[in-house]
Amino acid sequence: MAINLFKFSSPATFYPVAGKLIPVFYGLAAILTVIGLYLSFFVAPTDATQGEVYRIIFIHVPAAWMSMFIYLVMAGWAGLGLILNTRLSSMMAQALAPTGAMFTFVALVTGAFWGKLAWGTWWDWDARMTSELILLFLYIGYMSLTAAIDDVRRADKAGAILALVGAVNVPIIYFSVKWWNTLHQGASVSLIRAPSMAKTMLLGMLVMALAAWMYSIAVALSRARLIMLEREKNSAWVQDVLEKKS
Amino acid sequence: MNWGSWSNFFAMGGRGFYVWGAYLITLICIVAELGLLARHKRTLRQRLTQMLRLNKQS
Repeated sequence: MAINLFKFSSPATFYPVAGKLIPVFYGLAAILTVIGLYLSFFVAPTDATQGEVYRIIFIHVPAAWMSMFIYLVMAGWAGLGLILNTRLSSMMAQALAPTGAMFTFVALVTGAFWGKLAWGTWWDWDARMTSELILLFLYIGYMSLTAAIDDVRRADKAGAILALVGAVNVPIIYFSVKWWNTLHQGASVSLIRAPSMAKTMLLGMLVMALAAWMYSIAVALSRARLIMLEREKNSAWVQDVLEKKS
Repeated sequence: MNWGSWSNFFAMGGRGFYVWGAYLITLICIVAELGLLARHKRTLRQRLTQMLRLNKQS
């Protein structure tokens, strides 16, 4: 097992394997999105208090979950790269950042649409929203910092430190609705108690979240492949890849 | 869930602008990400193949 893991941590081995997996993950993402949207719009009932507006939840919550989860995975890879100096870890961290930022942005915008109707305002500086906005800035900061440093190893190290320090923000986002009196409602779904929503609504949300997972894996793997080609452009395996294609 | 008609479906109980607005922006974000990624892939491959060709000539 250990031998296998190290084998796959080499870009030359990882590149073709990822290439084969990417279409599978895109396919799963597409299928799950279709099922998820069907559940969201044709199976889940109208909400008793919010009417139809609540249907924003089917993108808002999965996007918010992904924004936090991707950040933790990104910080984890970056930290691993910092400690073990493995090439692949830092590449994975960089590959995840834009997708995480995209989901953070989506969570904020869909939340604004929802908030305008539910609370009468597009934006409020409450703890949940402010900490999610900080998450977006952390992603942007990470991407700018790693892009600004020419020396790849130094860029990885600086980025990793930023990502690790910023990880403090994730539990703050998650628990903000408990710790402070926020405009944003508390969690409807948690690991420790039964969810406070209709089963079909919950199912729609979970399928959409799964679709977001598959999409994120597909996009991050494709981006990681490009980072690999760029970084290892002088190595023999990249030249083999290019010669096969051209 | 029965909407009765497509116009009811698009109206979303009079909240169509907010529901579809949120979904549309999400769609735009995803398409933009995929588009940027595809463009990056194309330009990178072009650049690297060119580099390879130049290296072989010299």
